[in-house]
Amino acid sequence: MSANTAMAEKYRNNFLKEIEEQVEMGDWVKMCMQCGVCSGSCPTNFQSAWEHPPQELFMMIRAGKREEVLTTTSMWNCTSCYNCIVRCPRKLPITHIMHGIAEYAHRLGVAPKMQPTRFFSGLFWKNATKTGRVNELKLSMGLYFKDGFGAGVKEGMKMKDVALGLMKAKRLNPFEILGGHKCKDQKGIQAMLKKAYEIERSRKTAKMAG
Amino acid sequence: MADIKVAAYICKGCGLGERLDTDALVKIAQKDGKVPMAKTHDFLCSADGVAMIRNDIANDGVTHIMIGACSRRAKTEAFYFPENAVARANLREGVIWIRPDTEEARETTQDMAEDYIRMGCAEVKAMAAPSGNPNTGSSKTLLVVGGGVTGMTTAIEASRTGYPVVLVEKTGELGGMAGKLWKRIPVHEPFKSPADTGVADLVSQVMADSNIKVYLNATVAKTDGAPGRFVVQIATESGATHTEDIGAIVQASGFTPYDINKLPELGGGQSPNVVDQLGLEALAKAAAAGDGVIRRPSDNQPVKSVVFVQCAGQRDPSGTHLAYCSGFCCNASIKQAMYFKDANPDVDTTIIYTDLRTPGNGEDFYRSAQEKGVIFTKGKVSGVRPNGNGSTVTFHDLILDDANATIADVDLVVLATGQVPNSGVDIFAAPKEPVEGEVEVKPISILNLNYRQGPDVPQLKQGFTDSHFICFPYETRRTGIYTAGPVRRPMDIAQAREDATGAALKAIQALENAELGRAAHPRSGDLSFPKVRLEGCTQCKRCTVECPFGAIDEDEKRFPVFNESRCRRCGTCMGACPVRVISFENYSVNTVGAQVKAVDIPDEFSEKPRILILACENDAYPALDMAGMNHNEYSAFVRVIPIRCLGSVNTIWVTDALNAGYDGVMMMGCKHGDEYQCHFVKGSELGRVRMSKIDDTLKTLNLESERVRDLEVAITDIERVPEMINKYVEELVAIGPSPFKGF
Repeated sequence: MSANTAMAEKYRNNFLKEIEEQVEMGDWVKMCMQCGVCSGSCPTNFQSAWEHPPQELFMMIRAGKREEVLTTTSMWNCTSCYNCIVRCPRKLPITHIMHGIAEYAHRLGVAPKMQPTRFFSGLFWKNATKTGRVNELKLSMGLYFKDGFGAGVKEGMKMKDVALGLMKAKRLNPFEILGGHKCKDQKGIQAMLKKAYEIERSRKTAKMAG
Repeated sequence: MADIKVAAYICKGCGLGERLDTDALVKIAQKDGKVPMAKTHDFLCSADGVAMIRNDIANDGVTHIMIGACSRRAKTEAFYFPENAVARANLREGVIWIRPDTEEARETTQDMAEDYIRMGCAEVKAMAAPSGNPNTGSSKTLLVVGGGVTGMTTAIEASRTGYPVVLVEKTGELGGMAGKLWKRIPVHEPFKSPADTGVADLVSQVMADSNIKVYLNATVAKTDGAPGRFVVQIATESGATHTEDIGAIVQASGFTPYDINKLPELGGGQSPNVVDQLGLEALAKAAAAGDGVIRRPSDNQPVKSVVFVQCAGQRDPSGTHLAYCSGFCCNASIKQAMYFKDANPDVDTTIIYTDLRTPGNGEDFYRSAQEKGVIFTKGKVSGVRPNGNGSTVTFHDLILDDANATIADVDLVVLATGQVPNSGVDIFAAPKEPVEGEVEVKPISILNLNYRQGPDVPQLKQGFTDSHFICFPYETRRTGIYTAGPVRRPMDIAQAREDATGAALKAIQALENAELGRAAHPRSGDLSFPKVRLEGCTQCKRCTVECPFGAIDEDEKRFPVFNESRCRRCGTCMGACPVRVISFENYSVNTVGAQVKAVDIPDEFSEKPRILILACENDAYPALDMAGMNHNEYSAFVRVIPIRCLGSVNTIWVTDALNAGYDGVMMMGCKHGDEYQCHFVKGSELGRVRMSKIDDTLKTLNLESERVRDLEVAITDIERVPEMINKYVEELVAIGPSPFKGF
């Protein structure tokens, strides 16, 4: 049984409770009074960029629309500008709740796979944790080839002038493709990350079981 | 009237001496005003100036005083001569402050001042000092009709102020609607949980108060008389009738919840598991008496899920149900949802609302309910379908725009219905055509007033009792009778208690005024009252029908009988009287007519038009005064006469003015209609109805209809009024001078 069906089973008919218990700051969802200031303040929410703006997500959670909330791309659009938190008359930590829901959807494995923010986050994390340093060349190339080889080449050609400029200014080293610079204590970094993963995993498992 | 001695005093202070030729004004008073005793003073409202006037009254036998200084609204304490007839010529706010201080304006400004002196002298001669109403009563007892929170609070407040109270309650116990509640919305910090209703405490206070006489199972069988001398008959269940002498009345007859049987689409009357808010209170009370678990009525099982439907039969634009918001129900539903959540957090409670309105500190209460886990859903409920022991609620989710949202298996549905006022008989209702086979239900009168105009106080909209909602919220259109609580407008307990306190104090004021023969609001303290010359009366009944306050009855010979204590001194009867036999000692057809005639009308070649302004003293005249204070200039060709109300305007004044050669007449009165602002409720409306007939008069005089202008002026129109005046003057100049000049 997948984590998703297990949780759905556990909180049968009570998605609000599930969010309250599983999502970081999820216990704030019930306090929304549907004024819509968050949606109006969001700089990425013009021209209906968000399928479901924050206050609508909160209402969907209360209405028990589990599937729709967890699989939507909406909360992945958040850029953490904190406009909504500043303006919310009910003082809801909306930015954190958005990230919390996104993280939970990711944890359950139901988040939209190719959503750019989500894809980039994964890419970044892998890239940075490999050596302890971010390899910018590999990172940007990884993003270019997200939708396949052909699309990647096309995107790369489009950006070639920028890349050449960066190279001229010594901001981009083409030899980074061979591995690039890294932290001195590679073993130490990996050991530290392993411990962090362990702590995180046990906390979340306990939460999902509890 | 035989030996009157008039004196005119002209002030030179506040710049009057510099801007005007006061010596010329004295000569005008003596020559045109025919007042031999005319004096100037450098500072008339000073102790020295007032002493001069007092000295003349004491030693020279002056009876009538004309003061040419500031507006009659200013310096009222200095120029207070209750034994004398006093007229005021408004030279400051009405002349120098609204005119530019320039050489070319000097002549017209002086003309204006001279006319006001002439008008003042003419007016004061037509006046008499008001002697007061002799037909007074001195009962200090307050009658409170209704033993709910409003009625009990009124009784307690009045009693604490030292006035005896008679309280009449229809049912067998005090408490009213609030007595049926389990708990109330909190009114103290931290506004987080339902609170004790406090009704038991109020009841014990009332019962322990020897100053409050309580009649239970009793109704008001008959109310006779006037403020200060009402005679009220109280019928009790046993059939006995008690007679009480009453000074003033507070009607706190409360409300009835809107009948849920009229809402079958919301499940009303379809299942015992669909209740109104009062129904839930009964369930909560029953639960509190037992194990504390609220049970569903159909099978007595504990309620596991409950849905509250807000605005049930309210805010209905179709006209089928209540059109208004009752204002208390959102907070009440929040409170009731807490009944469940406080006892058992696992009960699902959903409040479906379109707009959540939580007045007072309800915002904190709302937040507390959210913290307790009450679910708030913005939506419009389309149907409640009871099915066995459960119900299905369908609604249009307004956030998710889902027209077919449903909540199934609901144990209990609570409909938040509104308040319907218990206001008795609608005395203006058109008689209903009897429908065959239908039993006619006659509304039961609450006060049973023995007034010509009907047994209850007049209603405005939706059955709520009429009152001037901005300035005089408790005053009904029956002097000495006040309404408080939900009979006046929808409200909750906290607002009702506030209302009750206000109404109690107003009622006390009214009975004290009645004993002294003085008017209540808005002319509070006025000693004048309408006098009628019955030998001239044609029994046309216009005065008895038009009086907005039901002050005039008819005797057996069908002559009008004035109940002075019920009168508010608006003068609507005086304006209505076609034979002009009704007058006040200090305000009559003559006092205004004499002013109209006193104005000097220059001939048609002088290019000095004359425009008469009849300005309501409650709004338009203060607006003109304030325009003066702000030095908003207006034309020097207008002559303003304050009137008590547009309703007191007798058409003879307009006809006289036009005949005398005035180029135009402006009437300034308050807004009328459902959203009226008239201080005398119907005065401005009646005045306008009469004036609408003025076109015939203009036609017979062969004058243009533009010569008379009716304007709505509010007290805030300080900028607008001068603009209106100047525009009208321009229009009249374009039309050309009146052909009646020089005759």
